[in-house]
Amino acid sequence: MTAPKPPKFLARNSYRRRRIIDAARLLPVLGVFIFFLPVLWHPGDTPEPDTARGGLYLFAGWFALIVAAVLLARALTRSDLPGGEDDAADAEPR
Amino acid sequence: MVPFNILVAVCLAYVILLFLVAFAAERRAERGQAGWLRSPVIYTLSLSIYCTAWTFYGAVGYAARSGLEFVTIYLGPTLVFVGWWIVLRKLVRIGQAQRVTSIADLISSRYGKSNLLGVIVTLICVLAATPYIALQLQSVTLSFGVFASETPEGWALPDQSATALWVAGGLALFTILFGTRNLDANERHHGVVMAIALEAVVKLVALLAVGVFVVWGVAGGIGPVIERIDGSPIADWPLKPGRWIGLTFISAAAVLTLPRMFQVMVVENSDERHLATASWAFPLYLFLMSLFVLPIAVVGLGQLAPGANPDLFVLTLPLSEGRGTLAMLAFLGGFSSATSMVIVASIALSTMVSNHVVVPIWLALRQGGARTPGDVRGLVLMARRVSIAAILALGYTYYHLSGGSGALAAIGLIAFVGVAQILPAMLGGIFWRGATRIGAALGLSLGFLVWLYTLYLPSFGPEGVFSAAVLNEGPWGLGWLRPQALFGVEGIDPLLHAIYWSFTLNTGAFIAGSLLSFPTPVERMQGLAFVSVFDRDVGARGWSRGGAEAEDLLTMSQGILGAEEAQAFFEAEAGAQGKAGFLPDTTPEFIERLERRLAGAVGTATAHAMIAQFAEGAAVTAQDLMAVASEAQQILEYSTQLEAKSEELARTARALQEANDKLRDLSVQKDTFLSQISHELRTPMTSIRAFSEILMDPELPGALQQKYAEVIHEETIRLTRLLDDLLDLSVLENRKVQLNVKVANLHDLLDKAIQAASNTRPERVFAIHRDASAEHMPVITDTDRLVQVFINLVSNARKYCDAERPELTILARKRGGRVVVDFIDNGSGIPKAAQRLIFEKFSRLTDTQRAGGAGLGLAICREIMANLGGTIAYLPGQGGAAFRVALPVRPENARTAEAA
Repeated sequence: MTAPKPPKFLARNSYRRRRIIDAARLLPVLGVFIFFLPVLWHPGDTPEPDTARGGLYLFAGWFALIVAAVLLARALTRSDLPGGEDDAADAEPR
Repeated sequence: MVPFNILVAVCLAYVILLFLVAFAAERRAERGQAGWLRSPVIYTLSLSIYCTAWTFYGAVGYAARSGLEFVTIYLGPTLVFVGWWIVLRKLVRIGQAQRVTSIADLISSRYGKSNLLGVIVTLICVLAATPYIALQLQSVTLSFGVFASETPEGWALPDQSATALWVAGGLALFTILFGTRNLDANERHHGVVMAIALEAVVKLVALLAVGVFVVWGVAGGIGPVIERIDGSPIADWPLKPGRWIGLTFISAAAVLTLPRMFQVMVVENSDERHLATASWAFPLYLFLMSLFVLPIAVVGLGQLAPGANPDLFVLTLPLSEGRGTLAMLAFLGGFSSATSMVIVASIALSTMVSNHVVVPIWLALRQGGARTPGDVRGLVLMARRVSIAAILALGYTYYHLSGGSGALAAIGLIAFVGVAQILPAMLGGIFWRGATRIGAALGLSLGFLVWLYTLYLPSFGPEGVFSAAVLNEGPWGLGWLRPQALFGVEGIDPLLHAIYWSFTLNTGAFIAGSLLSFPTPVERMQGLAFVSVFDRDVGARGWSRGGAEAEDLLTMSQGILGAEEAQAFFEAEAGAQGKAGFLPDTTPEFIERLERRLAGAVGTATAHAMIAQFAEGAAVTAQDLMAVASEAQQILEYSTQLEAKSEELARTARALQEANDKLRDLSVQKDTFLSQISHELRTPMTSIRAFSEILMDPELPGALQQKYAEVIHEETIRLTRLLDDLLDLSVLENRKVQLNVKVANLHDLLDKAIQAASNTRPERVFAIHRDASAEHMPVITDTDRLVQVFINLVSNARKYCDAERPELTILARKRGGRVVVDFIDNGSGIPKAAQRLIFEKFSRLTDTQRAGGAGLGLAICREIMANLGGTIAYLPGQGGAAFRVALPVRPENARTAEAA
């Protein structure tokens, strides 16, 4: 086995953290995409009633969003511990 | 079946439980065991006051009418919470950094601690909350009614209004007891939070229990439920894309701006990290709350009589299935939803009313300031208690007057749109430094008015504020002003219409107002502090050192925070500065911390105003600076004038002083003069008399006769000369002298004078230094008089020069149209004190030399020179007595003429 290569970036943790923050910022956008699909849907006009399926879709999407939020919140809280939130001088402008 | 009295008993027991829980939580917190009281779980559960009775009962009714549209009310908050990193985190951080007490306080604080904005926001919130509170009272009353009507004995339900009144009264009591115990925002309401967390659990469990019962107990599982859903009339619900998006948006906005949400989310937040948990836990709560709504609605529509109120399916379904206990649980869930909302909403609103309306008015009324300990604290607490009662009274009145209006959902949405008007100012305030107070005030007012006009007032129906005519044809027949078709745009859903116009105009006015106006310095500092809250050490530095006295501040703080707490705070601050005792130095940092601390109790605008009473002039605004600058300018000008004046005065005073001294000297001289003149006259007269008596002796030898006659003759000459001098001086002084102007050579005149003076003390060897070549210049003047002056000066030198080898230097030159002649001897000169007197009459430095004059020489010289248009002055610092004679080369407009 070869020895592990030295990391290309030293501030891997803060880099990872900032990407997690990006994801946290984008999560509501994903939510908008999930929640606004029904806008294109006309349950009254469908030949077969599909309200239940629509509801299932919504609740499934909703739950998926919650799961994603759980993961992100955990990741953020974990990475929050060592360096504090402004651990990197290269923190992006907010 | 549940007998009504048991229902009431359970209800009372539940309320007592709430009291106990709240009380126990308060006790634990007081003993410093807040621990798990402030856990993320409790925080998340307290957020559940978003789900009111409107959610608990109304969502099912909403679903029965409009299918899945009800979820939009929960999707909006879900988006806000999963996106907590963007907005919520910042809001909470700002809330903690600035010790914000309410949403009105947040807006007021952001825009330069402007109380106007606080008042506007308070007004919006109170107006929006009133029907909402009425709605909660209504739902409790309705749910009581459900049990009453189910009772076979047909016992009369107590008057519905009476029920509502009892509920309102009980809620007011609870809220006052646990909501106004203390004043500081960051350590309060443990009891309330604990109680609403318990209520959150109760309502979730109740709704889930009903849902589980309906799905598995009534419908027979998930599959049949899905079939039932697709087979029900709900399946063909019309999905309106506009409403779908609009409602999601408005609920997302409302979760940020509802006063009660802001209260639990920001004000009661004890740890920012709780947000991370709430970011998924609160959406999960909402998810669970809405999971069974559609099944309950569908099953209810299928099982119950067609006329049944879908808003009460949560209660009526278990009852119709004979599940009294479950119905009781559902009832308690609805009761919890209603009460927790009312409690928190009235706390939040009362804080706003007392901080932004009552206290500022009180402060304005008594300009003296809050210096009496205890008065502010008592006032604020009393204001909050009265506000709580008043808000509940308003809600009750609304309920009583409206008589319980139709669909629950409609009222809730109207309130949502109302409070959502705060959103542009709020988001603009925390993300955009360029947002200004004027922009926020314009946006808020415009949004508020449009909301009132297009949604709130029309909601009272054609019998309410707007008649059917106004609704259909506009006020005064102005079609484009129809409340539900502004600018002639018709056919929009009234709610969307109101959302669209209020937000368009609100945001537009906010942005335009901000772009066009200029913020005050406090606004800009607060803007920076809010927008850059995550950057360290950025804060509004409002107070400068000085002004405020630590003791006064302590007195005031005791009035607001309570004596013990204020003293502890001051002691800690003093300790941090390395001082013992209770009085820290009033550094800007200390005053800023104190202001924040006070802001936690009475709101930022009020705290700022109170501190301002002590640190006067320290709050730097551009106007202040300008005022100070112009004042300083005025003062500067004034003081320059004063200085000039005082200098002039000083000069005058000096001159007066000199004149006075001179007068005194002169008066002394006059006395001396009189005695001298009598002496001068008397001496020769005495000798004349004596010698003439001797001459009368006929036996006197001829030689002696001759000698004495000579003496008498000499004495008479001396007398005559004295009298001549006096006459001469008198003539000269009155400027009545006749000048005989001739042209002469100065050199000749000096020769003449030296020649004439040489018989004064002729025994002395006297060296005279002259520069003959310089003396050859013409003078046009009364030469005889000028020579007289010269003679006087030369003979004075001969008489008084006390040097062993007396010398006299005569320097003549022309300077600037004047002939200047200096006579400088090498004697000891004239003492400084005597210099100003020598030109006065009869001034003689010594009595030793009596040769000639009676001290009139220099006086006569001065008068002569004045008559010739020149001057004679003593020239100090020449190594001896020195006189300078100056006269014009030619007489100015000829004093000669004057004599005529």
